[in-house]
Amino acid sequence: MPLGHYLVLSGLLFAIGTAGVFLRRNLITLLLSVELMLNAVNLAFVAFGRQWGAVDGQIITFFVMTVAAAEAAVGLALVIGLFRHRESLNPEAFTSLKW
Amino acid sequence: MASDALLFYLFGGVTVLGALAVVTQRNPVYSVLSIIASFFGLAGLYVLLEAPFVAVAQIIIYAGAIMVLFLFTVMLLNATREDAAEWDRSHPLYRPFAVRVGGVLAVLLALQLGWALSRTSGLGVPIDLDRPAVSSVQELGRVLFTDYMFAFEVTSILIIAAMVGAVILARKRDE
Repeated sequence: MPLGHYLVLSGLLFAIGTAGVFLRRNLITLLLSVELMLNAVNLAFVAFGRQWGAVDGQIITFFVMTVAAAEAAVGLALVIGLFRHRESLNPEAFTSLKW
Repeated sequence: MASDALLFYLFGGVTVLGALAVVTQRNPVYSVLSIIASFFGLAGLYVLLEAPFVAVAQIIIYAGAIMVLFLFTVMLLNATREDAAEWDRSHPLYRPFAVRVGGVLAVLLALQLGWALSRTSGLGVPIDLDRPAVSSVQELGRVLFTDYMFAFEVTSILIIAAMVGAVILARKRDE
């Protein structure tokens, strides 16, 4: 398969993730969309690594996965904390700095 | 060669359809399950790219650990359903300006990515199969623990910080 196919697929995934972040109003779905975008980048890294026979693409993928895990843990903890206060997952419910 | 293309389109289709389902589902549980399907498609693509270790890590870490964390949270919050009024109010087609700007931005980003790809040369060249792929775990480990040693160690600090942060943030405050 040409490298371009993988890049188009990666771009498509990234665009879908971005659309999710912009359009959805549910904190969980927002975090899932961010995960989609991270995975799109992973795919591009692995495809480029294969193209040039370099190992770095795969290594960076592992670092992205680690960051994604840390991001998910902290993000979900924040979601739980916010939900306790407002009983809502809609980001628009969280507009005040202090209550 | 033909089966290669067939598998690419199969896995790519699963990945994209799963991703679309994530964004369009209104029940977060279905969103999480769709993204797991999408990750399995990605794992298949990694196998096609001769990166089996990444494929296995994708399934074990992403589908197995991170998404289970998401599922636990969704079920813990009992937020398995957005109520209908909320959905109608927040659906992009029913909403005024602000969210439509978001939609326009998303479309613009997609157009820009497509434009950038269309102006890049050499994309039609098939991936050079004569060049050996680096797929041995031994080689991966060697590079990870020599060239990327510093980044690897910093990662452990990141994980500790995230772990402590998550525990403290999600702790119940009983005053």
